[in-house]
Amino acid sequence: MADAARSPQGTRKTQRRLPPELSILLVLIGISATFEILGWVLQGQSFFANPQRLSIMILQVSVVGIIAIGVTQVIISGGIDLSSGSIVGATAMISMSLAQVSTYARAVYPSLTDLPVIIPVCAGLLTGLLCGVVNGALIAYTKIPPFIATLGMMVAARGFAKWYTKGQPVSFPTDSYASLGVGLTPVIIFICVAVVMHVVLRYTRYGKFTYAIGANPQAARVSGINVERQIVKIYAVAGVLSALAGIVVAARGLTAQAGMGQMYELDAIAMSVIGGVSLSGGRGSIVGTTIGMIIFGVIISGFTFLRIDAYYQEMIKGAIIVAAVVADVHRQRKRLKKA
Amino acid sequence: MVSAQTLAAVARFKEKIRRDGLLTIEGIRKEFPGVIALDDVRLHLKAGTVHALMGENGAGKSTLMKIIAGIYQPDAGVIKLYGEPVTLKSPLDALEQGIAMIHQELALLNWMTVAENIWIRREPKNRLGFIDHARMAAMTRDLFDRLNLTIDPLAQVSELTVAQKQMVEIARAVSYNSRILIMDEPTSALTDREAEHLFKIIRDLKAQDIGIVYITHKMHELFEIADEFTVFRDGRYVATHAARDVTREDIIQMMVGREIINLFPKVDCPIGDVILEVRNLTLPGVFHDISFTLRKGEILGLAGLVGSKRSNVAEAIFGVEPAASGEIIIGGKSVKITSPAVAMEQGIAFLTEDRKETGCFLILNCLENIQSALITRDHVKWGVVDQKAVTALASDMAEQLRVKTPDLGETVENLSGGNQQKLLIARWLLTKPRILILDEPTRGIDVGAKSEIHRIITGLAAEGVAVLMISSELPEVLGMSDRIMVMHEGHVAGFLDRAEADQVKIMGLAAR
Ligand SMILES: Nc1ncnc2c1ncn2[C@@H]1O[C@H](COP(=O)(O)OP(=O)(O)OP(=O)(O)O)[C@@H](O)[C@H]1O
Ligand SMILES: [Mg+2]
Repeated sequence: MADAARSPQGTRKTQRRLPPELSILLVLIGISATFEILGWVLQGQSFFANPQRLSIMILQVSVVGIIAIGVTQVIISGGIDLSSGSIVGATAMISMSLAQVSTYARAVYPSLTDLPVIIPVCAGLLTGLLCGVVNGALIAYTKIPPFIATLGMMVAARGFAKWYTKGQPVSFPTDSYASLGVGLTPVIIFICVAVVMHVVLRYTRYGKFTYAIGANPQAARVSGINVERQIVKIYAVAGVLSALAGIVVAARGLTAQAGMGQMYELDAIAMSVIGGVSLSGGRGSIVGTTIGMIIFGVIISGFTFLRIDAYYQEMIKGAIIVAAVVADVHRQRKRLKKA
Repeated sequence: MVSAQTLAAVARFKEKIRRDGLLTIEGIRKEFPGVIALDDVRLHLKAGTVHALMGENGAGKSTLMKIIAGIYQPDAGVIKLYGEPVTLKSPLDALEQGIAMIHQELALLNWMTVAENIWIRREPKNRLGFIDHARMAAMTRDLFDRLNLTIDPLAQVSELTVAQKQMVEIARAVSYNSRILIMDEPTSALTDREAEHLFKIIRDLKAQDIGIVYITHKMHELFEIADEFTVFRDGRYVATHAARDVTREDIIQMMVGREIINLFPKVDCPIGDVILEVRNLTLPGVFHDISFTLRKGEILGLAGLVGSKRSNVAEAIFGVEPAASGEIIIGGKSVKITSPAVAMEQGIAFLTEDRKETGCFLILNCLENIQSALITRDHVKWGVVDQKAVTALASDMAEQLRVKTPDLGETVENLSGGNQQKLLIARWLLTKPRILILDEPTRGIDVGAKSEIHRIITGLAAEGVAVLMISSELPEVLGMSDRIMVMHEGHVAGFLDRAEADQVKIMGLAAR
């Protein structure tokens, strides 16, 4: 180069920016500390030094956490998925109906009982995949807003779940199917899903394309990214993860009901947004969502611990979701003001 | 009736600003995480003058202007307005104190009409308190008449060309009737003819004692309209002079700290076979019957006025918005280019004109921006990006183009405009195209980097890459092209060879 002293990165440096996940982690620590203090003050005991409480807390959120992982990549791509909860219901019904034991007289498919566990699992995942592909195709090719497309799927999948057994619950799974929900299995499944998605978003082309589309879909297209195909993939993955959650929920409860998973979509969106995933797309991470999920769990079990009435809990949950979105909008506004 | 007292006060104020100047800036410092953007800079703007602010990409020009417009708060330093120290708390505050700014990056709201954009937050209301759209349109028409613009006040901004958007921004800034007008690279999206128009507007404003801070990378503009100029380098003040006292070389020397010998280092290289042939390309209502050929190693300049639809032809060839009829033949084979992905398979690269809309991923970092096109085709195994290899390529290219940033992890919206442009050039050069389409490649790029980019383009041509270069800067078109195609209102107006081409001939064809 003509002038070596002037390297292109030769800007004088000051201190660097902190990763955004750090501030979310601080929020988690703050909330945890608050509950710990309140625990000692109001209940005379520790909130955290109670393994049973912790494991219940983690179990409670990890099923929705699996959905949140899928929803996170949808939101990063600039979309939204309202159909997750209904897909949980539909897949719970389908997989459970193929997982029943032969000793149960009123099985949905009397000739299809005692099947190896792989069959109900695959059937469930395929259902989720199908729903997701329909979502994605509608959004990518008909250009209807993700909100509308997935709202349609939300209603339709729930309707399907009810129609499937005319509203009857489906129960009595095989032991191997039931084992999918036993103990800490859901947590382990969550961890696997989270780790894989973390790697996918950070190191693969799939991840890079997802961020690019969320950041600027036009520029993504001009960069040679097949935006439509990528969107279909993103919603398909979200559908599969909702289905996985549905399979686990049914296994854990030893029964499937058409109403399962109601409101899970909102909880999953809330976890993502609390975890710093921006509703305007292009920003967010699995680490953030995982912290968001734990914040969610700590708050819920903290309220139970403090014996706050369940109705209040719902109201406060609503307030937290709104607060997280307000925080996101605020961040965006600050960004715009700068630009 | 205006009383004698008011008139006297106005006269006193005018006297005061003549004496003290409109705006004095001293010792301003501004730090961002990772960079010191400004360090002890100063500037003095006199009433009724145009003060040019010069400096390389990332020198801190826009940052200082944003401080003056109340967008950023300085970390240290004094701003004196009409002789009094002030703090400018917000853009609104600055506007109320008589400072309006035209931003480097277009800042209009795409889904609103031109009129709504101009009068935003000060819309005329009717008696019921609703927006009076008829009056708003009329006010816009008055304003446009005054400025001699022919843009429909009711058109949606998203339908305008970049140049038209720029003129709307200029009109909006003028409409505030401010005493100080900041123009951050207003002509980077304009052709000479519209720039002339803007200069006329500027001269009018000057006559009304308005002071203008004018940022540009186009040297000739400096001598055309600036009275004084100040140079920054790396966030520091270098010098202030009267424009008539210096030469172009002096300024470059001050800006870059070294001499730039040749702005258009064009080397003649052998021109090979036809690689791209376009036959009767038509998109009804936009362009018609476009036919031309492009050879290996050839640089074909594409000139024309704004509205000549040059960019649309490029977009059609790259599949952004494919043509309705006609044929594109690449390497002897007729190809249907339905999307940019297909075009890239054919070895085409396309640097778009509008870096904010179709270029940058503003919220992603430099690396992601540079590699986005490359990884659609290369350096991916089993879906996993070979990040080490890609990062190495990206930082080499960034270095070659002198991208100024603390590191490639920096978010692109924090980069200066010219550095964003360099990233986009890096993106496309990395894809190693056979056919390189450049739409305003050096828009907003400083002289030093410009000659470097020109050198790279010529170098690619020498290696056999075919280049189609759209540019509104005639010296660039003339200096770089082997052949020039001139367009006029969606038609090919004619071709000129390097030997015969000059500004007059190009304008003759372009304006007809
Ligand atoms: N919001 C920000 N955050 C971090 N760094 C910033 C921010 N805004 C500007 N910078 C940095 O400050 C420096 C000066 O930028 P500025 O935009 O003022 O340059 P400029 O002189 O206008 O350049 P150009 O000619 O390319 O427009 C650059 O290094 C840029 O990266
Ligand atoms: Mg700038």
